[in-house]
Amino acid sequence: MAQPIIPVRAPSTGGEPSEPPRSPPTPRWIDALMLCVLAAVAYGIMRAAAEWRAPLSPNVRVSLAARQLPSYAGLSTLRMAIAYLLSLAFGIAYARIAAGSRAAERLMMPLLDILQSVPILSFMPGVVLGLAALFPGRTLGLEIAAIILIFTSQAWNLAFSFHQSLLTMPRELSEAAAVYRLGFWRRFTRLELPFGAISLIANSMMSWAGGWFFLMASEQFTLGSSNLRLPGLGSYLAAAADAGDTHALALGLGTLVFVIVMLDQLIWRPLVAWSDRFKIEQSGGDAPESRLLDALRGSAMLEWVSSRVTRPLARALDRKLGSAARTEPRTSPKRHDLRTRLTVWVPAVAVLVLVIWGAIATIGALAGMARSDWQLVVVSAAATFLRTTIALVLAAAWTIPVGVAIGTNPRWARRAQPLVQITASVPATAVFPVLLLALLSLPGGLNIAAVALMLLGTQWYLLFNVIAGAMAIPADLREVAATYRITGWRRWKTLILPAIFPYLVTGMITATGGAWNASVVSEYVTFAGRKESTIGLGSLIAQAAERSDFRLLLAGTLVMAAIVIASNRLGWRRLYALAEARYRLG
Amino acid sequence: MTGTDTIIATPGTAAAALLAARDVLKYFGDDRRPVLEHVSVQLNEGEFVALLGPSGSGKSTLLRILAGLMEPSSGEVLVHGSPLEGPNPSVAIVFQSFALFPWLDVLQNVELGLLAMDVSDDERRRRALEAIDLIGLDGFEEAFPKELSGGMKQRVGFARALVVQPEVLFMDEPFSALDVLTAENLRSELRDLWLAKTMPTKAVVMVTHNIDEAVSLADRILVFGANPGHIRVELKGLSQSDRSEKSAPRARLVELIYRIMTNPEDDAIAIVEQSLQGRTWPAVARDSARTTGARARRYQVLPEVSIDDLTGLVQYLGGIGGHAAVQDLARDLQMRADDLLAIVEATDLLGFGALHERQVALTPIGARFADAELDEEKAIFRSQALDHIALLHHIVRDLETAPTHTLDAERVIDELEHSFSGEEARRQFETAVDWGRYAELFTYDDSSGELTLDEEHTLRRR
Repeated sequence: MAQPIIPVRAPSTGGEPSEPPRSPPTPRWIDALMLCVLAAVAYGIMRAAAEWRAPLSPNVRVSLAARQLPSYAGLSTLRMAIAYLLSLAFGIAYARIAAGSRAAERLMMPLLDILQSVPILSFMPGVVLGLAALFPGRTLGLEIAAIILIFTSQAWNLAFSFHQSLLTMPRELSEAAAVYRLGFWRRFTRLELPFGAISLIANSMMSWAGGWFFLMASEQFTLGSSNLRLPGLGSYLAAAADAGDTHALALGLGTLVFVIVMLDQLIWRPLVAWSDRFKIEQSGGDAPESRLLDALRGSAMLEWVSSRVTRPLARALDRKLGSAARTEPRTSPKRHDLRTRLTVWVPAVAVLVLVIWGAIATIGALAGMARSDWQLVVVSAAATFLRTTIALVLAAAWTIPVGVAIGTNPRWARRAQPLVQITASVPATAVFPVLLLALLSLPGGLNIAAVALMLLGTQWYLLFNVIAGAMAIPADLREVAATYRITGWRRWKTLILPAIFPYLVTGMITATGGAWNASVVSEYVTFAGRKESTIGLGSLIAQAAERSDFRLLLAGTLVMAAIVIASNRLGWRRLYALAEARYRLG
Repeated sequence: MTGTDTIIATPGTAAAALLAARDVLKYFGDDRRPVLEHVSVQLNEGEFVALLGPSGSGKSTLLRILAGLMEPSSGEVLVHGSPLEGPNPSVAIVFQSFALFPWLDVLQNVELGLLAMDVSDDERRRRALEAIDLIGLDGFEEAFPKELSGGMKQRVGFARALVVQPEVLFMDEPFSALDVLTAENLRSELRDLWLAKTMPTKAVVMVTHNIDEAVSLADRILVFGANPGHIRVELKGLSQSDRSEKSAPRARLVELIYRIMTNPEDDAIAIVEQSLQGRTWPAVARDSARTTGARARRYQVLPEVSIDDLTGLVQYLGGIGGHAAVQDLARDLQMRADDLLAIVEATDLLGFGALHERQVALTPIGARFADAELDEEKAIFRSQALDHIALLHHIVRDLETAPTHTLDAERVIDELEHSFSGEEARRQFETAVDWGRYAELFTYDDSSGELTLDEEHTLRRR
């Protein structure tokens, strides 16, 4: 998967002079800029709406003309943004409900863990079929299907992150909210949301990276014989690859990188700088900066909107919702008990019935599967397991030395960081066609290409974690190693590897899931009009989906989810517990 | 000192109580032992009450139950005679960690208390500014908590509490996160506010572990005991004129409380009666938990004391002639009373020192321990630990009888849970492991949770 451009701050060296304070830029250009942005967004949404109402036609041609690129990029970004906003709302609501009661938590968090491990693309045939039926003859159904696919790549980590924030809320802050009877709404807006903001923003960047990874998969669906396409950057790249047009491919990739970098500069960097106020530890340290945010703070238009529109609106909302919560009648303890029990048990029983029904249906479907099909599933799983393992080992092999080199050397860190970040932000799937062009003619080409895609998608998680781990090695420990002349392999064994171990495990957990997910798009490809496949669980799932063989699709999906969950639970989490207990520094 | 012999009436009679807890019991999770057992208190108008006790005695838990932040496992809380449900509307709390919202500035933090009340925006601002003025925070309205010193932060905490004009003000160790001078300054400002009746608050409850703080502020002092948490004794506070630093009654009361706290297993009333040479101090026996809920305890309560503190204190005492008054020690070592008392208790348990008439004195074996070289020091510690600490003796005995000479930590903790609450059982085990490792009685592998006998120093070889 692609990496968000996370600013990892290089450790500052002591004697460096601090930057002089910048004077705020004149408000005029920022207001003009904002007007332009507003106009562009409004135009884009209108164009997109027209696009959505258009009749659905199979085998839409995607133009490879360069002048189409801006609108394609806009359409893809809009889809991502809608899916992201839905994910954010879902994640916050899901976490809030789960944290609200023990019973709900016990049910909802493991469910989230399972949802996270299910290969996203397995869902798609069913979702597309259903939505196409809901909106017959219109593109809208397909658009919604694309948004759902992106949503499933963005939502889970947001829910996990907010849940984690709610769990780690300092007890006395929570008690203060209760003593001053803030009520649900005010507690949520004054305490819970601000407290979770930093982690939500960091995870939002991860979510966008995850969304870009499925950019191409979300804009073209193959269902049986028909090939459905949505206009966008992803389908442009796919069409360019199909046509073998390297020039268009390069243009598309360039546009994608440009969009990602722009979003980082215009949205994420200012957000990260702004969210610094929500830091709970009340120490100094250098705060992240954003020139754009400084400029926005000086904007007259923003000030006007804020004082005339948003603030009065927020105040009215606060009064309405805040007082609604307060005037809620107090029930006697017994009725209160009954009500809480009902609100917990009725949904719980409903979910349970659904789960049992689903399980029976699943077993029924799988029981009828031929023996040879099961053998195929097992052999495919083994092949993909081998591939993911090779990809992870290769990733570790190059990221550990490079990451440590970057992390322990401030000068390198400062030079390498921006380069690495931009490279990492390019979604691996977008580069995949280029890889295929180069590798497919070789013997075992797709095999190599599949491992390469997994490597491309997962190595950055490891690299960034290793860099962070190496940067966290305390200077005095390094000095101890130097004083006692512990060098070479001994230095790695006694100092570096144990110190980066917890970080490495954290990276590996994410990388494992990413590698398995990548198998679905890498082991079976349609390229330049030809279908290429190699044996593997991802290939099995993709082909079953294309043939609408739901039984095999179900079996493959379940096995993949089970493998990912098992490797997390039995392998990585135990290692993580060990790492936390023994190797965590400080 | 009033010098009266009267004993204050048993609580629970006055109907006019602002706030009362009746027979409150609290368990956490699936603990077999409660953290708070059969506690009744009552708060009357015009009172400043201090809840004083060692950590783990449930005083903060009681405060949270009275504030409606926690529900008691049994028993009830009454506000003006009617049962409390949910957060107590007549209470505001000042927290030890200040509990300020870091993303709100001082003014917004203070206004937070008024958000849930039906006041207009202008009124809210006016009242918040008034509270800020009262508490001496003028000029800091726009500052964020991270820009403030600890003392200023706690002032915001006070302003936020007072702005809601609570009937009862709760304070949970409000000064213990501050340095000595800042704490003293804030304490005296609070005392002035309280005495001048500038705040509309009718009563104050303060949780503290600082005896001096309790004595200088409170009209009534409830001394808590641990395992399970209960009120051991209720003492009348000093009259205003007796509260000055140098007064004799104050010194006597401080010493009395020291004695009570240094003898956690003794009957507090008996201590009150014998310690003042005939003069009684108004006190009520509150030891009901011990008499009604008394269970045979198999092990002593090990104070959570590190080996370094323990040997450090013994050696310090050895260096200054073998004995000292507890109060002088607290002053000279600049230690908090309860921390010092825990160490004194540990030296007492191990037979290195004895506490008598507020004086700690080294025993002969303690004096030898103070002078010994490391190996001898360890040998002395080993033999004292095996002779005096029942838990260590039992662990070593079990290790010797086990065929592999190993023991599962969870088994030991499980057994401790018959005598202690879950969290306390774990603490007891950890202290025992710390002492046992130092004594070279056994080794302990934390990741496998296994104790292994140190073959060199078995019971049989002694």
